[in-house]
Amino acid sequence: MDRIPILKLGNALLVTIQVDMHDRLATALQEDLTEKIVSARARGVLIDISALEIVDSFIGRMLDHIAAISRMLDAETVVVGMRPAVAITLVELGLSLSGVKTALNVERGMELIKRRLDETEVADGDDDE
Amino acid sequence: MATTTSDRMEVRSSDDVVRVRQQVRARAVEVGLSLVDQTKIVTAASELARNMLDYGGGGVTTIEVVSDGMRRGLRLVFEDTGPGIADIELALKDGFTSGSGLGLGLGGAKRLCNEFSIDSKPGEGTRIVCARWK
Repeated sequence: MDRIPILKLGNALLVTIQVDMHDRLATALQEDLTEKIVSARARGVLIDISALEIVDSFIGRMLDHIAAISRMLDAETVVVGMRPAVAITLVELGLSLSGVKTALNVERGMELIKRRLDETEVADGDDDE
Repeated sequence: MATTTSDRMEVRSSDDVVRVRQQVRARAVEVGLSLVDQTKIVTAASELARNMLDYGGGGVTTIEVVSDGMRRGLRLVFEDTGPGIADIELALKDGFTSGSGLGLGLGGAKRLCNEFSIDSKPGEGTRIVCARWK
């Protein structure tokens, strides 16, 4: 079965979705990603959807779930690279992805995650990590 | 209204939904819909095909390239022989779902189409038509 590769990028994980998602692939991604967040001690997850021509409520729900699960594992999810036509369509569809942070591209998404890490490190400075 | 081409596609699995999306995209390009309009009708097709699969037990999607005088467009028909929709008005409301979804499927898809109609009889099935004109 196909798997979507997950790359480590500093403290974060990068997932680039390039194929048409279907149920099994989405479920596999959720499982792989949660395992990787724990094993790589990742603090952020970047999901690059720049290759996706559409985002329907199925993909939207998957992104929301990933963000919620990652949050419970103390990692921030940022969806990056959404195409303009996809953004227009999503809003008309009624899906605003309110539980998911977004950034224009991978670079800006990384900045968002780094900023969040800096903030938490200041907040708990006595942490060993 | 004249129909130029017609593709009939069975929707029995999640992979079929992907195939419907690809074919709708190809036809939307052929008709000359703008990128935003292509995205809208492909997204609507994805929602409606998935609805048909999840709630109607699968069905048939027909993709038609249509013309009406000078205008050209795409007309999608989704037919299933599932349990039907008891209250169509309620089913079109955002937030309504009888399954595990977000409940945006029908109402959301309707907003993405220029023309939209639902025919449904409880116990017999559902027929949804969505058209997008250039």
